[in-house]
Amino acid sequence: MIEKAFTGDRKYWAWILFLLVVIAIGFGFYLLQWFRGLGITGMGRDVSWGLYIANMTFLVGVAAGAVMVVLPYYLHNYKAFGKITTFGEFLAVAAVIMCILFVTIDLGQPTRVVNLLLHPSLHSVLFWDVIVLSVYLLLNLVIAWHLLSAHHNEEAPKAWVKPLILISIPWAISIHTVTAFIYSGLAARPFWLTALMAPRFLASAFASGPALLIIACLIMKRFTRFDPGKEAMQKLAQIVAYGTIITVFFLIVESFTVFYGQVPEDMNHLKYFFFGLDGKTTLVPWMWTCFVFWIAAIVLLINPRTRKNEKTLAVAAVLVFVSMWIDKGLGLIMPGFTPSPTGALTEYWPTVPETLITLMVWAIGFLILTIFYKITISVKEESGEEESAHTVSS
Amino acid sequence: MDVDRRGFIKIAGIVIVGLAVKPIFDVFSRTEAPKALDAETLTKTRWAMAIKLGACEDGCRECIDACNSIHNVPDFGNPKDEIKWIWTIPYEEVFPEQNSQFIADKLKGLPVTVLCNHCDNPPCARVCPTGATWKRKDGIVMMDYHRCIGCRFCMAACPYGSRSFNWRDPRPFIKELNPDFPTRTKGVVEKCNFCEERLAEGLLPACVEACKEKALVFGNLDDQNSEIRKLLSTNYTIRRKSELGTEPEVYYLI
Repeated sequence: MIEKAFTGDRKYWAWILFLLVVIAIGFGFYLLQWFRGLGITGMGRDVSWGLYIANMTFLVGVAAGAVMVVLPYYLHNYKAFGKITTFGEFLAVAAVIMCILFVTIDLGQPTRVVNLLLHPSLHSVLFWDVIVLSVYLLLNLVIAWHLLSAHHNEEAPKAWVKPLILISIPWAISIHTVTAFIYSGLAARPFWLTALMAPRFLASAFASGPALLIIACLIMKRFTRFDPGKEAMQKLAQIVAYGTIITVFFLIVESFTVFYGQVPEDMNHLKYFFFGLDGKTTLVPWMWTCFVFWIAAIVLLINPRTRKNEKTLAVAAVLVFVSMWIDKGLGLIMPGFTPSPTGALTEYWPTVPETLITLMVWAIGFLILTIFYKITISVKEESGEEESAHTVSS
Repeated sequence: MDVDRRGFIKIAGIVIVGLAVKPIFDVFSRTEAPKALDAETLTKTRWAMAIKLGACEDGCRECIDACNSIHNVPDFGNPKDEIKWIWTIPYEEVFPEQNSQFIADKLKGLPVTVLCNHCDNPPCARVCPTGATWKRKDGIVMMDYHRCIGCRFCMAACPYGSRSFNWRDPRPFIKELNPDFPTRTKGVVEKCNFCEERLAEGLLPACVEACKEKALVFGNLDDQNSEIRKLLSTNYTIRRKSELGTEPEVYYLI
């Protein structure tokens, strides 16, 4: 099946070439980081995690969010998702690969990464995060590839794949829960020390993952003969709406406890997040942009007219994806470290090399996603599935 | 041909999974931990430090300089890359919960010496994914610069900012190299080690030895007659963020 990735029109190859150029540029800067150290990033003594770990956290959400098409289809027999479950699973594969790359490029000594397995520390959440992410990657890769091969060869899928699918559903919840535990168990950082972290992560995951799937489906519908079906798109849009609303609700709940409880250490982080602290306001315009995007997206997704219109649906999905990225990419790590435990107000901002290395990982992820989606579409086009809206692949 | 390729990929995948899982089994099957140091000395010792507030002379840096030169601590000259083992910060920042509008004049802005607290319940060791930082039986929280992968989880977990990361190669920034102590490489975390290399030779930590004011007192908490035990039982002491349950082993005498 893999050969299908090597045939495509000019637009396909232009997109592939664009991604390869971004990867090449980013890789050049990664070599610089390799030889000079992480000092070329904006991270420092006070803010010791940055864009890399933030993107990792966000993409764990995207990966976990893919379960929102797998679960309704397999547990509730919701047929409309039959055509897009494979896309959801491959989205999870690409997202988890990006997560693993982000963790790796964030390491000061990447050549020692095997120490994670040579000296496993069962009391470290990071160790468990690597385990759950790796297993989730394997699960989705095996499931999606097997279902697609079976479809391609016009056979019924093997029986062993069903239990794997059932395991992958709670496993999706586990990857974002364990990732939240990296933060929510640190007494040193009051901004993260909240039991609401895992639920917040999951709510935003169930918005950002399906939002990216909506964008991908609309692009595929435009450029290929594949049509995910109106019903599937509308149901995804509803899931995104719920995910976004619950995310906003959780932030309000968190803010109430912090601002009404008035514990100074807790308040300072959230003040920095919303309003800035002592004139340090780098984050403020981003966070308010994020809120505006959330509200706009919720309005577009709740109103049936704008939800059913593909153009406004696309706008809403992009707003959700971008705002969820701001929320995790900037709003999670930076306020966690600012102010520092001794009250130092060191502001972090990524450097140009750091940003280009980050874009490299995204480009690698999108390259993987493109290849898998190209193969999937080619297989589905061959079997003429795009003709009927309700054909189920398994 | 097609089948051969698939078969090969499948077998390769199984081998990789097997290699990844084996060390986990090793951990559970390990019966005895390797003994690096004499068990008896370790169990009878619990190292701690007491710091007398306000005993420092204005602008004195003897303890800091002694530590930096002995441990090859680099000087990058900027706060972003800075490596710190022992340093001073104002009283209000060391003990934010003690701060008030009407704080005693002698405490206002008073430089207080801070270092790794060698916590009895160290969150840094709890989060380390490779066991590169751990608590020794004598209470010293150790760092293995060769095992550290540089994930900086420990820096996020430390409530005292006691850990520094080598954002760049530190070697060109060491003023005068001490060949008796290892230098570090870029990409690893480091911090105060309570001078375990000197304790092994029966010497006091370098900072304690360097202090003319005798503001730093180091000793064994398990020894009832030690100077530090006497100080702790006759003085009012506070510890940094003791409400977090980290049980710091650095005590501040008011």
